[in-house]
Amino acid sequence: MGNRVAIVGIGQTYHKSNRPDVSQPEMVNEAVRAALADAQLEAKDIEASFLSNMETFEGIYLPDHGMADEIGAYMRSGLKVCTGGTSGASVVAEAFHYVAAGLFDVVMVTGFEKQDCGDTTAAITAACTPVWGKGVATGAIGEFAKQALTYMENSGSREEHAAMVRLKADRGACLNPYAHLKLGLKSIEEILASGYLVWPLRLLDFCPQSCGACALIYASESAAKKMAQKPVWIADVETVHQEPFRAGSFGDPTGLETYTQEVACERVYKRNGITDPIKDICMAELYEPSNWEELNLYERFHFCEKGEGWKLVEKGITEIEGAFPVNPSGGVIATNPIGATPTIRVAEAALQVRGDAGPHQVTRDVHTAMATALGGPNWTVLTLLKRSL
Amino acid sequence: MQIQDRVEQVDDLDRYVYHGRIDIPNSYSAGTVGSHFLTELRDKKIFLGMKCEKCNVVYVPPRSTCKYCFAKMDDSWVEVADKGTLLTYTVNFAPTAAQPAESPIIYGIVQLDGATTGFVHMLGEVDLEDLRIGMRLQAVFKPERDASILAVKYFKPLK
Repeated sequence: MGNRVAIVGIGQTYHKSNRPDVSQPEMVNEAVRAALADAQLEAKDIEASFLSNMETFEGIYLPDHGMADEIGAYMRSGLKVCTGGTSGASVVAEAFHYVAAGLFDVVMVTGFEKQDCGDTTAAITAACTPVWGKGVATGAIGEFAKQALTYMENSGSREEHAAMVRLKADRGACLNPYAHLKLGLKSIEEILASGYLVWPLRLLDFCPQSCGACALIYASESAAKKMAQKPVWIADVETVHQEPFRAGSFGDPTGLETYTQEVACERVYKRNGITDPIKDICMAELYEPSNWEELNLYERFHFCEKGEGWKLVEKGITEIEGAFPVNPSGGVIATNPIGATPTIRVAEAALQVRGDAGPHQVTRDVHTAMATALGGPNWTVLTLLKRSL
Repeated sequence: MQIQDRVEQVDDLDRYVYHGRIDIPNSYSAGTVGSHFLTELRDKKIFLGMKCEKCNVVYVPPRSTCKYCFAKMDDSWVEVADKGTLLTYTVNFAPTAAQPAESPIIYGIVQLDGATTGFVHMLGEVDLEDLRIGMRLQAVFKPERDASILAVKYFKPLK
């Protein structure tokens, strides 16, 4: 696996629908400064800078253009990563590879999206794969409506179970100072009364469009020893890709497709001696664009048997004080600045390992945590974090 | 939004090419510092720079963080001149739809007096034969102005 790599600094902006007060570099600068403060480092200490953002979502062909100088990347090594929805985790993996290879000792990873600057669904549908995709692409909402329908059909779960996931997420978001949607939801009935976005997805079943940024600072093992902050070790990363429009969608209606989630997690579990994921891993931050997809992901990551994801939430196992907490931060359904969203999953999982999540710190002691990412053609990126290696 | 794509048969072997046009709406926040610069440019016809006292650099257009030392400069505004020196230029005789000025367009990088950085804009009221690196220039403002760098119509030779 190469040299050991630790996360030694974590920072994020607050998130909301609109940030007309700041330019993109000014917004990203907030997260960069927060991570530097957390690590007790200065910009000059960073050797390389890695950025994640969605090409075209803000209508800019080089989103990092006009930003490097203001986010501490002036004359630094590094690059921008765009792999669709997984970008913010691909960049976590990419920067990990550089430090693990011994090329750098201290690097910064930054993800951002300023969704008040663009039209995400227009970008997804207009700039998607021609020939097989363009003209029939639905954007994320349509994809996850199909996923919800497929999951409901195959698992025997009811809308109430998705609503339970939504309630859990809002509970976490209300405890998370950085979360975007803090709705104060009280009941399942309230969620089931929200209107349909695209049947069977309700407005409350889907993630918002957020503006925000998240930054992480990594240190090599030797550099981490000199750092002020408690290290959170990156035990493993995995990325699994496939093509869109020829493979199954997020919920495979053919029943014949291999899910990237299963391939990814089986590799990580095998390499790390994980035989019973919800015991060996203490909590997870999942990339769930919808509550229905969270139920599906429970099954795909082998947190439970097939068709039983809804039972985990019904039994309260994935609540903050549950045996296997999932998304105590409120998750993606509460906060979704796309290019930062997977980076936030890693940041939040790392805060849980450090014990620094504050009001949304889970009850169970977290020595190991997993962060997941999902994107475009159902790609999966996983990051496994540990308190000690 | 209508799909404007079309499929073209490109040879006798029934092979096709898919022609498309990508139409994506977008906005861009000028931000805290940029908005102040643009307001003063529009209302007072003045150029403001942001100064890093430590590095002795005056940024025009302004930015909130110094690229050299990463210091926050938020309030270190300085006024620079509406006159400057041409650092380099290029002439475009075949503009695209994204370059909405009359052809030929003379693009220049102007270092305003008092600024450390170059400012990218256009030149006007000048014969192409008279263009010289180092020539002195003066901003010409439009009578009706938005909070945009196009509040400046162009830079003309300083007589």
